[in-house]
Amino acid sequence: MKEYLNKYFTLRKHNAQVAWKKAKARKMCYLFLAPYAILFTMFYVFPVVASIFYSFTYYNILEPPRFIGLQNYISLVLQDDIFLIGVKNTMMIALITGPLGYILSFLFAWLINELPRWIRSIAVVVFYAPSIAGNCYVIFSVFFRGDAYGYVNAFLMNLGIIDTAKLWLIDPKYMLPICMIVILWMSLGTGFLSFVAGLQGVDRAQFEAGYVDGIKNRWQELWYITLPNMKPMLMFGAIMAITSSFGVCEVTMALCGYPSTNYAARTIVTHLYDYGFDRFEMGYACAIATVLFLMMILCNKAIQSLLRRVGT
Amino acid sequence: MSKLIKKRKPNRSIAGDIALYIFLILVAMVMVFPIVYAVSSALKPLDELFKFPPRIFPQHPTFDNFSDLFVTMGKTGVVTFSRYLFNTVFITFVGTAGHLIIASMGAFVLAKYEFPGGKTFFKIVTVSMMFTGMVTQIPNYLIINKLGWIDTYWAIIVPAFAAPMGFFLMKQFMEGLPTSLIEAAKIDGANEWTVFSRIVMPNVKPAWMTLIIFSVQGLWNNRASTFIYSEERKTLVYALQQIQSGGIARTGQGAAVLVVVMIVPILIFVFSESQILETMASSGLKD
Repeated sequence: MKEYLNKYFTLRKHNAQVAWKKAKARKMCYLFLAPYAILFTMFYVFPVVASIFYSFTYYNILEPPRFIGLQNYISLVLQDDIFLIGVKNTMMIALITGPLGYILSFLFAWLINELPRWIRSIAVVVFYAPSIAGNCYVIFSVFFRGDAYGYVNAFLMNLGIIDTAKLWLIDPKYMLPICMIVILWMSLGTGFLSFVAGLQGVDRAQFEAGYVDGIKNRWQELWYITLPNMKPMLMFGAIMAITSSFGVCEVTMALCGYPSTNYAARTIVTHLYDYGFDRFEMGYACAIATVLFLMMILCNKAIQSLLRRVGT
Repeated sequence: MSKLIKKRKPNRSIAGDIALYIFLILVAMVMVFPIVYAVSSALKPLDELFKFPPRIFPQHPTFDNFSDLFVTMGKTGVVTFSRYLFNTVFITFVGTAGHLIIASMGAFVLAKYEFPGGKTFFKIVTVSMMFTGMVTQIPNYLIINKLGWIDTYWAIIVPAFAAPMGFFLMKQFMEGLPTSLIEAAKIDGANEWTVFSRIVMPNVKPAWMTLIIFSVQGLWNNRASTFIYSEERKTLVYALQQIQSGGIARTGQGAAVLVVVMIVPILIFVFSESQILETMASSGLKD
């Protein structure tokens, strides 16, 4: 055993020495990377660590943080009913708009792929524009206005589908579905671009080989040739879809108000915002952030291992 | 037309193609309708805004709503419109330029050299794209507070330098650059910095545009309401949203605000679409 350990440590020592020599020879690489690495660590890595640390404390900025163990997490799960509403809403939004937005992104990228070049580039702008149109989504609050002059109300009343005006953005029954529609409208984002570009890059020769081998229609072609070729882009798109669908807050806050009726449109991020920047209970807010962080990372890892199986 | 038919793949039905076109046109109309509606509302004079039944396109288009923005800001704010505009343009420009240089430098060595720790670092960057910025907002606030950057432009600019998305795309794109290009320059006696600035950067121009649009999109729309309190340093979007909250009388101006905010990212995208798509072709995540 001792001999084994000794061998292990000499090996580790040797490896470290080799790495050190390599690092010395590549000094300039570190110099190039340093500015980005320092800023990245400062604003992306360190905050995650700090967030986990503060989540075990009571901290209100004015007093120094006081260690309280798991109290924040216990309160979150056992006492904070509004947080549970937020978790439920976030999960609903993520489970519905995440996969749906992802599939739509791929579907439209695939459908426009065969259009002539100039039509395709117009189509990309049309489909991608909503996701970069700033806060254009607030225009939906005009469409879904609660009185009889709101366009959706007026339209449905004229058709005789409803007989009184619905309070679309105030009635808890309708809030989430409407937010989901708006989120779906905005969901053809970075992932969509990646799919469009990826589809263009699929080798033409493979399709021709496919015709010879008897691929009959576009669906078979999609499943047997296109999808396996698109795996790296599918991975990237999945990350984008998960990240944006778990981070929903701006749309719900802008459309349904902050706070919304009975907190019916509250998401985890809205709750985080409430405790962090309105109540200044930073420790508690960090616990919320940590929960959200873990949810997103785990979901991403699960989806990735799932996608790895496509085409194998 | 004959060209189109020749290009069709042999295993496609004509009926399928026609159905596809009709479907795409319908969806495209739904997608673009809210944006068209926002633009046309911004162009409507007051009496047409509240007409019922509503018309989609204005009958007498006018730019009054846009010029009213200046008037409203002059009345309600202590700061002029041009100052808000300067703030946003300054933040967007400096943030984007710094991000482009710093991220490209790091991406270059990660893509073209192997050194201990490089791969691990890139993995961490990829993981950081898996959670939203909201998760790190509170510690970020505390850090910026410690640095004494609250209520300065730097609170928004410096974190934007380190955006992982642009770094990731740049690195993926640079991997496609032929290594022989760099080696040839080395033989000619160029040092690393010359290789980077004279050989690599001019060859990755498509990726520049992609970094620029992602960065501009984030910075131009940045309200920064948690970091900036002084009126004279507030961003354009923040000031504009104050106008929007002015209620029903400002419906037209509110729509004009939407147009001002969305026009910049969309225009950049329209003019650089082919370059951005070229970059996105290498965006895939290989394991």
